[in-house]
Amino acid sequence: MLRKGLAVAALGLALMGGPALAAGSQKELRTVAWSFGGPFGKFDRAQLQRGFKVYREVCAACHSMNLMSFRNLGQKGGPFYDPKYPNPNDNPYVKTIARDYEVSDIDSDTGDVIKRPATPADRFPNPYPNEAAARAGNGGALPPDFSTLSKARKGGPDYIYSLLSGYVTPPAGLEVSAGQYYNPYMAGDVTAFWKGQGHAPKGGFIAMAPQLAPDKVTFDDGTKSTVDQQAKDVAAFLTWVSEPKLEERKAFGVGAMIYLLILSGLLYVSYRRIWRNVAH
Amino acid sequence: MSGHSSYVPKTGFERWLDARLPVARLAYDSLIDFPTPKNLNYWYTFGGILALCLGIQLATGIVLAMHYVPHVDYAFASIERIMRDVNYGWLIRYMHSNGASMFFIAVYAHMFRGLYYGSYKAPRELLWILGCVIYLLMMATAFMGYVLPWGQMSFHGAVVITNLFGALPIIGESITTWLWGGFAVDNATLNRFFSLHYLMPFMIAGVVILHVWALHVTGNNNPTGVQVQSKADTVPFHPYYTVKDGFAIAVFMLMFAAFVFFNPNALGHPDNYIPANPLVTPLHIVPEWYFLPFYAILRAVPDKLMGVLMMFGAIAVLFILPWLDTSRVRSLRYRPTTRMYFFIFVVACFVLGFCGGRLPDDKVIPGLTTFVLLDADLNSMVWLSRFATAYYFAYFLLVLPLMGLSETPLEQPASISEPVLSPSAALPAGATASPEKRG
Repeated sequence: MLRKGLAVAALGLALMGGPALAAGSQKELRTVAWSFGGPFGKFDRAQLQRGFKVYREVCAACHSMNLMSFRNLGQKGGPFYDPKYPNPNDNPYVKTIARDYEVSDIDSDTGDVIKRPATPADRFPNPYPNEAAARAGNGGALPPDFSTLSKARKGGPDYIYSLLSGYVTPPAGLEVSAGQYYNPYMAGDVTAFWKGQGHAPKGGFIAMAPQLAPDKVTFDDGTKSTVDQQAKDVAAFLTWVSEPKLEERKAFGVGAMIYLLILSGLLYVSYRRIWRNVAH
Repeated sequence: MSGHSSYVPKTGFERWLDARLPVARLAYDSLIDFPTPKNLNYWYTFGGILALCLGIQLATGIVLAMHYVPHVDYAFASIERIMRDVNYGWLIRYMHSNGASMFFIAVYAHMFRGLYYGSYKAPRELLWILGCVIYLLMMATAFMGYVLPWGQMSFHGAVVITNLFGALPIIGESITTWLWGGFAVDNATLNRFFSLHYLMPFMIAGVVILHVWALHVTGNNNPTGVQVQSKADTVPFHPYYTVKDGFAIAVFMLMFAAFVFFNPNALGHPDNYIPANPLVTPLHIVPEWYFLPFYAILRAVPDKLMGVLMMFGAIAVLFILPWLDTSRVRSLRYRPTTRMYFFIFVVACFVLGFCGGRLPDDKVIPGLTTFVLLDADLNSMVWLSRFATAYYFAYFLLVLPLMGLSETPLEQPASISEPVLSPSAALPAGATASPEKRG
């Protein structure tokens, strides 16, 4: 009876449906069958490399990635992992990428502030010296840091992909202020700016102009460089940045589940055997 | 701990130890030979599951504390460092953060079971109250733990909850300042929350010992609610319940693992992966799911102080529950009318949790505008939470006291070994079946 009652209660819980929070008024996200989805998911190495290229050539001009070091690119599960170099600091590809960046340092002989080429152990340098400079360079808006972005947005990679590839011409009747752009996937409320007929369109304003364009990034593996492709690849890359241990976690998880299933089975059989002579 | 001990020291060392510090006797009497009713169902396995949850939180928490930096400038990055650079740090951290949710799933199941089978009734009042103390400590610990990553929800959740104390007249403001260690939620607050978050689990462990001690004095309740009368009603804890609890624990761990490995952030809030920023308030501040029913009660009341009092009252009422329920019958199996009210109560708890996660003005039935009653549309979350809150309190303060006096319970079995088959098949008095001959 208790079981039945709680089943009813659980049904109530199920009716609450997924997110407890009332969603904003943004358009329903476009979903992608990501290679890293599901319990057996793994990152597509080539996609991560393409995504890194999009990040490096487009996003990095404004967005920092404070928690990432160059060495992370060459670690197990990273875009440039090479089994020949178990220590990612030795990975020549990673070394070359790092050398292209300049980081601040102190000259240990003179104490002067100097610039030197980065090493794999360095963090990705921030494009702006401080938050005020970042805001000043972007019309008052702060470009969010990328280190945990995919975990910090509802919908994760689907959201990043939808937003980046989802810019549309604002519907007639929507007043868009200078320095703002309309995006149907951005959370927000545009009612106050709506002069057209009927309901205000879904979505919100974002301070970032559309950044992706066909062939803006040339992919080294010959993949056709469409906006859709660039958005997908950079969303996958940012998911790896947020969860660099995703592959290790899922692989470990499959083993753990198998172990627990066998253990549960054995314990159930033991339970039946031990209790077989007890009326209960 | 109760009754006479059947422990017989076998080796010389055991005899030597038993004469000085009888820990082996204690363990034997409470974990091996402890007489346990033989009719406990799976709802009774959550006690063991909870012990495991506490163990997991302690073990993972101690390791996390080796790497965590309780400072507003470094806390967020130190958590991410654990997830990225510490060996299996992602596993330890995700086990800890999801472990809190698992702990609450188990404790709620454990409490609903206690409510259903009347496990709070004499002679188990203290056992129940100690459980309520553990629950209260768990809530404080979980709240402070959620602040430690110093994300947006951590910070603004801490602001909202600590500000609740500001609603108290006269002393409110001084109390909040004292809690914060300053004039706002800041580094001093984070530091003391870390210190208390480390302390409280050990307080929980202490009360757990008392809880188990009290359990072993009165013995387990059971689904019939009928006291154990003879040895025929019980089986030794080991191996009968070690194996049954073990199976339940393994199944529970399967669910736990499904979250940790495949959906580690499903129970959290994305905003907590944005570093705390006092100048930017998240659109909706929501607590973790296990606090949502109480959050709904808080927001159901228009007056802040009354809301705070109602919220704490919702927990306080659990402490006096043993004296609110006037029935002499423990198990709701034999109280069909009260049982119906109980299931409505369970639904009300889930409804409160549902409302707590929504905005007060959100519509219950989308697109339907009814009429404004007092301060809000009747078809709104705030009114739904008001009805559910009213029922929550009515269940304890009206239903349980009155039903005990007015309801005619069904016939209870004479003992655990002899459950009533059906009223027509009931044997005449004196002709009790001999259970030991069955099976």
